[in-house]
Order: sequence, then C-alpha cells, then structure tokens
Amino acid sequence: MNRETAIHAYKARKHALTGIYNAQSGHPGGSLSIADILAVLYFEVMNIDPKNPKMPDRDRFVLSKGHCAPALYGILAERGFFPAEDVATLRRTDSYMQGHPDMKGIPGIDMSTGSLGQGISAANGMALAGKLAGKDYRVYTILGDGELEEGQVWEAAMFAAHYKLDNLTAFVDNNGLQIDGNIADVMNSNPIDKKFEAFNWNVITIDAHDYDAILDAVNKAKAVKGKPTVIIAKSVKGKGVSFMENQAAWHGAAPKQEQFEQAIAELDAKIAELEA
Amino acid sequence: MAIGDKKATRESYGIALAELGEKYDILVMDADLSKSTKTDTFKKKFPERFINTGIAEGNMMATAAGIASTGRVVFASSFAMFAAGRAFEQVRNSIAYPKLNVKIGATHAGISVGEDGASHQCLEDIGIMRTIPNMVIINPADHVEAMAAVEAAILHDGPVYLRFGRLPVPQIFGDDYKFELGKGVTIAEGSDATIVATGLMVPYAIEARELLLKEGIDAGVINIHTIKPIDTELLTAAAQKTGAIVTAEEHNIIGGLGGAVAEALSETCPVPVMRVGTRDVFGRSGKPYELMELYGLTAENIAAKVKAAIALKK
Repeated sequence: MNRETAIHAYKARKHALTGIYNAQSGHPGGSLSIADILAVLYFEVMNIDPKNPKMPDRDRFVLSKGHCAPALYGILAERGFFPAEDVATLRRTDSYMQGHPDMKGIPGIDMSTGSLGQGISAANGMALAGKLAGKDYRVYTILGDGELEEGQVWEAAMFAAHYKLDNLTAFVDNNGLQIDGNIADVMNSNPIDKKFEAFNWNVITIDAHDYDAILDAVNKAKAVKGKPTVIIAKSVKGKGVSFMENQAAWHGAAPKQEQFEQAIAELDAKIAELEA
Repeated sequence: MAIGDKKATRESYGIALAELGEKYDILVMDADLSKSTKTDTFKKKFPERFINTGIAEGNMMATAAGIASTGRVVFASSFAMFAAGRAFEQVRNSIAYPKLNVKIGATHAGISVGEDGASHQCLEDIGIMRTIPNMVIINPADHVEAMAAVEAAILHDGPVYLRFGRLPVPQIFGDDYKFELGKGVTIAEGSDATIVATGLMVPYAIEARELLLKEGIDAGVINIHTIKPIDTELLTAAAQKTGAIVTAEEHNIIGGLGGAVAEALSETCPVPVMRVGTRDVFGRSGKPYELMELYGLTAENIAAKVKAAIALKK
C-alpha cells in the first residue's frame, strides 16, 4: 500500500467534511465512501497536470454521482488544483465551490454533473471522442449503486459495450445505501455484476478501501481490450468516521459542531497513524 | 433549387451536414432516426464521423456533451419531441449548463408532421428550449436559411437548438441571402401592422400581407429565424412604427415566438400583440395542410388577426 495515497485520502475526507460542516449542507456519506478510489486515481493512475487542468491529452474523470463533489474537491485540493481552504467555502454564495461539480468554474473538473445517470454517458462521449481522435487517454467515472436505478445508466452501459470503449473504466460505489434506505429495500439494483456482465462489460469486484486492490483493478482494466470495465467497489458509506459508517441518515446531512469535532479527531488520528 | 421550389428543412439539414462535413471536423449523432432526420446523408459520406446511439435520446445528449467537452463540435439529432421533450434534462444539465458545443438538430417539429398525430407533433419545444440559459434557438423558414443556419450553429460557441420540419416548404430566399444569428429579416416594410413569423409560417405571412393589401391594409413582414436571442431591436422598431404586431408560428402560442415577442415588447414598446399558433391544444392525425387549416395556421387567419390587432390600437 502506498501510505502517501492513504494520507491524501484521509486529508481529502477532512476537507470534504469541513466544507459540508461550514455549509451545513452536503453529502458526507458517499463522499467518504469514494475518497480512497479518488486518491488512487488522482495520485497513482491518472495522467493530469494541476498546472494545466485542460491539458488536451489528459486522462479524464467524471463524477457521475455528482453529489459526492466534496470528496472530489478534497482530492483535487490535495493534488494541487486549488487550495484546501477553498473547499471550506463549499456551497457558499461567494464561492466557486458549487454544490455539484461545475466544469466551467472549478479547475480539474472535467464534466458538470449532479443529475444522476448522465455522467456515465458523458464519460462514454469522452472515451469515444478519444478513440475517434486516435488519442490514448483514459476516462474514469464513479457511479453510485443507487444511481444504477436510473435507466440512462443502462443506455450508457449498452453504448459503451457497443462501441468497445476499453479506454473507459467505471467504478460503482457499492455502499448499499441510498437516501431513502437500503438499496435492497428501496429499489434493488442487485445483482450488479451480473447486470454489467450481461451488458458485455468486463467486471471486477473489489474492496473500495483497499488501495492495492483499487490500483490492481485499474491496471487489469487497462489490459482488457474490446470492452469497458466496471469495478464494483464494495464500500462503507461514511467510511472513516465511526458514527457515519453504514448509516443512510448521513447520505445528505451535515454534522453538528460536536459531531464535526469528533469526525475530525477520528480522521486526524487515522492520519497520525498513517504518518507514524 | 429556385425560389418557390419546395424542400423540407430536414432535407436541408442533411444536405448541409454532408456539405459542411468537408469544411469542418464535425461529428453527427442520431438515435435510430437517421433516415427520417436525414443525417443519413452525412452518414453515407462520413461513416467514421457518424455515431448512432440507438433509441436512447437522453443518453445521446449526455454522450454528445462528453464528446463536445473534448473540443469537438457535435450534432445530436432526433425528432423535436424527443430532442427537446424526452431529453430536456440532459440538454439542460449536461449541455447548456456547461455551455458545450452540442448542436441539436430537431426535425419533425410542429403540427405539419401530419399523420403520426399528437404524440409526435411537438408544439412545445421552443418554449422548453427558450427557458434554458445559454441556449440559442433557430427555426429556419426555407432551404436557403436552413443551410445557412447549420453553418451558423457550427460557428457559434455554445449549444444551439435547430428546429426543422418534415413538410416540404417553398424556397423564399435567393442565393445572395445573408444569415446573421440573432438578427431578424425584414421581408416587407409596412405601416399599419407588422406580422412576425418564423419557420414554415413565413410564406403564409407574406400571403397574408398580400390579402391585406387588397383591403388597403399595409402590414409589414418580419422573419424571425433566431427565436433566442430574439432581435428586440428590430421588433421594437416595428412596434414603434406600426403599433400592432401579429406573430405566426407552428407552435403553441404559449412559450413560443408569440410569447417571446410579447415578452420583449412589453418591456420596450407595449403594443397589441396577437398570436397565431396552436392554441394550447394537442394536435391530431391528418394530412399536414388539412391540419394547418384546422388549427388556424393560414394566411387568412393571420390577416384576420392583423385586423384585430389594428382594432386594438384604437
């Protein structure tokens, strides 16, 4: 495991929660569950340049589950796209840190998202455009497991396989929870692996918080030719903050002062442990 | 083609794409309707630059957004009903919000679709698209204007909604016609009232002027091809000069050209504005010209509305 990547992931969690706490608004649960994937992508995988965010041949990332923007902003700040203090201004009228990713105003954001089901289509478009232009950049996207209930995801899944978009890797943040409760109770999107297999995707299942497994899966996806890969990442919603873990209630709720302080203390302890 | 010869603007769309495909590195998408939207004309010539998404319009729009984000200009084509209706939210959030270079080629707009009936006669698309920030809307009147509009859309930085029809319409403009995005075209000056028409209603507006002249009424005719941004300056001047406006469009009178003109003039030069269009009703199956008659999309109705507007002046 790359210790530095893990430290960035936990610092990004802190930035995300700080922004959400200050705004008293935002989505902590899913932000915490994708932080480790984002850290691996932005620190170990993607060809990007924080000094030149629009570099034409860069790898691209689309946060299809756009409501988890705080984690993405946290990682982009860690990677040097903008100062971490800016993430603390999340959702404020005088800030460029929009509630959902805004490609026009935020450095490092490749696609404006927030309406579920659309990001994966946009990622397909980027991947196809890359192939048509003979470029070898790769495109990454993260979907929520609740997001799979959007029909457009399956239109996009069909499209990616049809056009053999092997330069596309999609993650499913499979934390099992959505706003209204357990996915299995609200609208069961399982079995996710069988569905993507039936749509002619290469399917890999991993632990979303195992940094080596994330990197290994991404590398395996790169080696697969002729079909897109989906990495079903079994995650813990709220990962890293004990009282938020596996609680649907933390999907879209901001912590109060005491809770925020406890969360930061837990994350600081984890960072100290990683740095030791 | 010569003036008076008929061609559907959807045909013009396909011809324009195929011609402009040589000049510009455009991509063209369709959702299994390429034979109807006429993007197959482009597909035959540039198969490597044509992308079929199958019957999935929402997916097509968001995919087009992703393509455009890489710096390409991409056309996304379907019937107006599905391009503006079904895919509204993808157009709004994935294309217009990030102001991407997706050009929406929406064919089969309006009641003149004919036999397919109400489910396919889109009379709401201008209203829907008009409320989206960053969106430009062009509704060409004939072949010449449609051809020019496609190139103007390519050159415009940002999303454009192009509205085309299925019914062959007469050529109005000559080869010397100059298209300017956002600028209305004065076809005839008038002194008593001004008819402001768009799309296939433009020839009816010209005919209405002729009918009125026989009765001693001098009505000007303005063609508004760009419904957004609308040419407020030209409309205001016409309102100031003639004091009465009649709009004519193949769209619901709510939210379309009539709405746009009334909104603009209410702020600059409030005068009577009478609207010709479908009057907040769904269409039905039938022959295009029979339907146009049935829903009042005629020169006679425009002429009657001009008289009513003039009466309101007093």
